[in-house]
Amino acid sequence: MPDDAPLLSVRDLRVSFRTFDGQADVLQGVNLDVPRGTRVGLVGESGCGKSVTMKTIMGTLATPPARVTHGQIMFDGQDLLTMPAARRNRLKGTDMSMVFQDPTTSLNPVFRVGHQMEDIVRWSDRRRGIQRNHKARKARVLEVLEMVRLADGERIYDAFPIQLSGGMRQRIIIGMALLNEPRLLIADEPGTALDVTTQDEILRLMDDLVREEGLSLLMITHNLGVVRQMTDHVYVMYAGSVVEDSPTAELFDNPSHPYTKALLACVPKLDGTATYEGIGGSLPDYTDPPAGCRFHPRCPHATDRCLTRPPAFTVRPGHTAACWLHEPEAHA
Amino acid sequence: MEYLFFVVRRLLWSVVVLLGLSIVIFTIARVVPGDPARIALGPLAAQEQVDKLRTEMGLDAPLPVQYARYAGGLLQGDLGRSLLTQQSVNSDVRQTFPATLELVLATLILALAIGLPLGVLAGRYKDSLFDNLGRFVALFGVVTPSFFIALLLQLLAGYVLQILPVSGRLSPNLEFEANRTGLLLIDSLIAGRMDVFGDAVRHLILPTIALAAATIGQIARLTRSSMIDVSRKDYIEASRAFGIPNRITTFTYMLRPSFIPTLTVLGLEFASLLGNAFLVEMVFGWPGMASYGVRAIMQNDFNAVMGVVMVTGLFFVLINLVVDVLLGYVDPRIRIKGSQS
Repeated sequence: MPDDAPLLSVRDLRVSFRTFDGQADVLQGVNLDVPRGTRVGLVGESGCGKSVTMKTIMGTLATPPARVTHGQIMFDGQDLLTMPAARRNRLKGTDMSMVFQDPTTSLNPVFRVGHQMEDIVRWSDRRRGIQRNHKARKARVLEVLEMVRLADGERIYDAFPIQLSGGMRQRIIIGMALLNEPRLLIADEPGTALDVTTQDEILRLMDDLVREEGLSLLMITHNLGVVRQMTDHVYVMYAGSVVEDSPTAELFDNPSHPYTKALLACVPKLDGTATYEGIGGSLPDYTDPPAGCRFHPRCPHATDRCLTRPPAFTVRPGHTAACWLHEPEAHA
Repeated sequence: MEYLFFVVRRLLWSVVVLLGLSIVIFTIARVVPGDPARIALGPLAAQEQVDKLRTEMGLDAPLPVQYARYAGGLLQGDLGRSLLTQQSVNSDVRQTFPATLELVLATLILALAIGLPLGVLAGRYKDSLFDNLGRFVALFGVVTPSFFIALLLQLLAGYVLQILPVSGRLSPNLEFEANRTGLLLIDSLIAGRMDVFGDAVRHLILPTIALAAATIGQIARLTRSSMIDVSRKDYIEASRAFGIPNRITTFTYMLRPSFIPTLTVLGLEFASLLGNAFLVEMVFGWPGMASYGVRAIMQNDFNAVMGVVMVTGLFFVLINLVVDVLLGYVDPRIRIKGSQS
């Protein structure tokens, strides 16, 4: 396996849900790469399929009602979707780990923090055939609590979640993901539930950890500010597919897909020059989506061509947009 | 430390509850129509005799004074004298209560032992054949009156199959006096009388099943729905994403939070259990407090009525105290909040 191959590579991932209204094709062929040692953002509004993508990668999607109908998720050269369940389980919480979003609901309220963290170490040790006793496991937990800059680890180890603040709990959740020295960290909008100051601290901490530990990061968020601060490359998702992907700085300078443009126009500016417009309409119904480009009913540039689904056209090297506006002939 | 505070607080509240109960039941017993002295002496007694008895019983004093006297006795553990049996209510209760207690405790244990696993598995394997079957059985248990189940069991096990005794606590040919705890199962074990123990168990089986059916159903249904509820929580998804094995996720991380509502309801369920116990006792000729209590109510034997209510109330409060203490143990949120406020 060459080292320049991405650590995580998702190809044409399609996921459907069985609902009372019929089959909902939620993911419509998602492609995304997380190269080793980079920070990648996946951005989109609520309901665009970010979380489904993330859950499919982590293997926590409830099936049924969901069903992966097509695609590949290559992790370090192996397809997660076809490997035996036992092998895939061995990766969970170890090589690939996840930072959950909501500090108030992601920790079990009736077990002590130390118990929950140590259990993660204990069971992944068992799967990987590592022998460690309680003392060594506790030492690892305390070490990680220090890594996430929590002073007084011993007290936190014995505390119940309710005795800790939201910021502390979010740090613990990050720590949980780091317990087994993962290579890929998938973060679901960490800190969204916290006040902005605490959220900022959490994001800085994550950024530091990613650099210090040499992790690859897939950050899922609806917050463009977070994308700008935290990522090197970004994928914009709309209604179940990636509509634009680009190096982060490039995306903000030169947004190419009409959806991305509209999204950026929604960000209020401090100098008050931007007009806060919003995007007319709402996400389509997944059981009866519009034909072709799913954004066309809301798109100011829509033409008859948009009834056919556009492929990803290269705008510049490393920057693609799935929109007929960027068809090479159109530029010629 | 926080836990100790929590327990002490609950203990003090229990005293307040019992005090309230004694006032309420005292008032009810005194305002129901019918003169207890007249009932005790019969319709032919002369008015002077009745008045004399009223004075003797202290019924001519104002109500608050009467209550003060009664509460004073209560504090010393004296429940007064029954009008009917002319015995102290204490000794009547001591004779009948252990039988009821034994039945109810056995029922609680059986209900938990069956209802809890039923609910956990049904919740874990939601919509499976086991779940659907379990739900049907649970619903049947909840909606069928316990005395009806009691009659069915008597007919089936006692009459058709003739495998179990259908009446009483002990076969008449066995000589045994339960004089330590009053609970046959425990006393016979202490005395090393295995024959008595076995016989007592055989007598206990049918009434316990009849009484437990509704509670089993209740516990199973509640546990099932809270298991399903908890299975959708973020922390359970997290536990899966971190690679904790399914059985640990289910039986540790899901079970403990799911048990909290079940435990809460168990304490309350206890009240209806005592009510139903009266019916089941009647059907099985179980020498518990039922016949004593019902007769006391019919005859307006107010000391006996109050005695039965107070003992039942004390027992109810105790069970709920145990439930609260256990809840505090299972759910740190309760004891931490409880000790702060």
